[in-house]
Amino acid sequence: MSKEHDKGMSLIVKVITRLTVGLILLFGIYIVLHGHVSPGGGFAGGVIIALSFVHLMLAYGKDVALKKLPKTAMSFFESMGAILFLSIALLGFTGGYFFLNFISKGEPFRLFSAGTIPLSNIAISLKVGAGLFAIFVVLVLLKFEWEKKE
Amino acid sequence: MTATSNILPLFVGISLAGAFLTSIVGKKLKWLPDLMGSLTTLILLGLSLITVRIVATQGILVYSVGGWKLPIGIALVLDGLTVFMLVTVNLMAFFIAIYSINYMEKFTSKWKFYTLFLLMVAGMNGVVITGDMFNLFVFLEIASVASYALVAFGTERHELEAAFKYTVMSIVGSLFVLLGIVFLYSYTSTLNMADMANILAQKSASNITIMVSVLFIMGFGLKAALVPFHAWLPDAHPSAPAPISAMLSGVLIKSLGVYTLCRVFYNVIGINSSLSLILMVLGTLSMVIGVFLAIGQWDFKRLLAYHSISQIGYVILGIGLGTPLGMIGGLFHLFNHSVFKSLLFLNSGAVEYATGTRDLQKMGGLMTKMPITGTTSLVASMSIAGIPPFNGFWSKLIIIIACVQANRLGYAFWAVLASILTLASFMKVMKYAFFGKLREKWNKVEEVPVFMKLSMVILALICVVGGVLLIYNINEVFLKPASDVLLEGTKYADIVFKGIQ
Repeated sequence: MSKEHDKGMSLIVKVITRLTVGLILLFGIYIVLHGHVSPGGGFAGGVIIALSFVHLMLAYGKDVALKKLPKTAMSFFESMGAILFLSIALLGFTGGYFFLNFISKGEPFRLFSAGTIPLSNIAISLKVGAGLFAIFVVLVLLKFEWEKKE
Repeated sequence: MTATSNILPLFVGISLAGAFLTSIVGKKLKWLPDLMGSLTTLILLGLSLITVRIVATQGILVYSVGGWKLPIGIALVLDGLTVFMLVTVNLMAFFIAIYSINYMEKFTSKWKFYTLFLLMVAGMNGVVITGDMFNLFVFLEIASVASYALVAFGTERHELEAAFKYTVMSIVGSLFVLLGIVFLYSYTSTLNMADMANILAQKSASNITIMVSVLFIMGFGLKAALVPFHAWLPDAHPSAPAPISAMLSGVLIKSLGVYTLCRVFYNVIGINSSLSLILMVLGTLSMVIGVFLAIGQWDFKRLLAYHSISQIGYVILGIGLGTPLGMIGGLFHLFNHSVFKSLLFLNSGAVEYATGTRDLQKMGGLMTKMPITGTTSLVASMSIAGIPPFNGFWSKLIIIIACVQANRLGYAFWAVLASILTLASFMKVMKYAFFGKLREKWNKVEEVPVFMKLSMVILALICVVGGVLLIYNINEVFLKPASDVLLEGTKYADIVFKGIQ
């Protein structure tokens, strides 16, 4: 095994994580994209996306997870999610109202329907996913620094 | 629905956009956060001054977010009280943002400060402008959560401790508010305030409204730091950086506490004599206990924090009286208090910036070294103590006259007593901090930088000329519409429904 894989949990956990982490991420994306036709949505999907990274961090240690999603990228995605959501709301002014659902609604129960709602879900998932993972990373890093001082 | 009402969502939208843009680009470009902070609050101040005119000419404006019609969607309502609060909040936010340009130099990562600051402004504007009960709770939480982080901004031990205490107590308050909203929602099946007021008026009085009133008094009273619920304030306000102390004491406790209390009790649930009595008793308790606790303090900012409790007592007493004069006095005192208390906190920040201490016993004779800070502080002290012709005198006078008119001489007596004690405690501040002999170690103290001076001087000018708000023409467009909204009581619902057309 390469050297960066020395940290983290045992081999069994690592192998299982390698198999499942992609599926968890995909499931999160699925929940986000089908937010308007099935239970779930931006928040729930965002939490699942964040959990896939948390999973990676628990099994492989913080270096591997932070290489996949660096701290700067996290804070960028978090703010970007909020700005996207706000701009969708502001674009509603083109139809005359703040937060107006200005795109054509399409046929109900199809993936591409419901106007701005899937876009809002994506924005929320960016914000929630990056934000939740950032909170987890901050808690972990704070603990490491505290242990270093001891 | 007219084109001008599109201004309503901008109060929340602009401040949120400012906050998130600052957090995205402010890390790289060092000059940007200062500019964003001042520019965003300047735009908001301009917009809020425009709304004064809009309400004077067009009357009440109602906006349906997303085009959903009134009882279903979220409504934003612009009436006299909202305009009054918007002007107060954004005026203070602008001057405090200017002050922070220099003051926040001594902290790292200014962009975090401005992001949280603008989020707090967004939350306060949202609370004030919304016409939807749950929306109010959401904005209340946005403003509160931003303020928890801002209180802990210095990340020293005592700051974290104060922030933790504030967080726990404030979340308990928010939970009471949420529980109250849950009960109201299950009872009336609507979240729109106007609709809720209609349904509550149709149903006969029940125990649910009493229960909800108690929950709201606890929840909003905790946010407003009325006396039995005040314990968080004397820790949280002094621990924050000075601009944030000014913001918390100047506008946060008013927009999250006093405004919400007024709106819910006068316009939604409907005031009655027992509620009015509770408000007056709580107000008087805060007024007297706050000032007694303040008078023995030696920490400059802690003393000011106790005075905030006392002055909020005046506001609640005036509003609780329920007479037209009492309303005007209470709201006028709300505006005045936000000006002079912000100014006093900025002064204490300036002293701390120059000397590094907040202990009054270690200061002395700073007037010679810091003339502008000293003078503005003298103006603000005389305002808060109620010395003519400063603005604090007029509002206290109106409140006391209103008490006498309503034949409540006991309350008038306590108001006068609290005012005298306030004067005594600020004479102590002036003597120990600014007058007297200059100490050896402060010989090298210099006056604060230009932006801090600028915002303090302008706030002091507002203190001096604040009384003009009572002149008939100005009163007619600014204070009177605000007090009229409260006096209309639950007729608010009809007016909002008429506004939607």
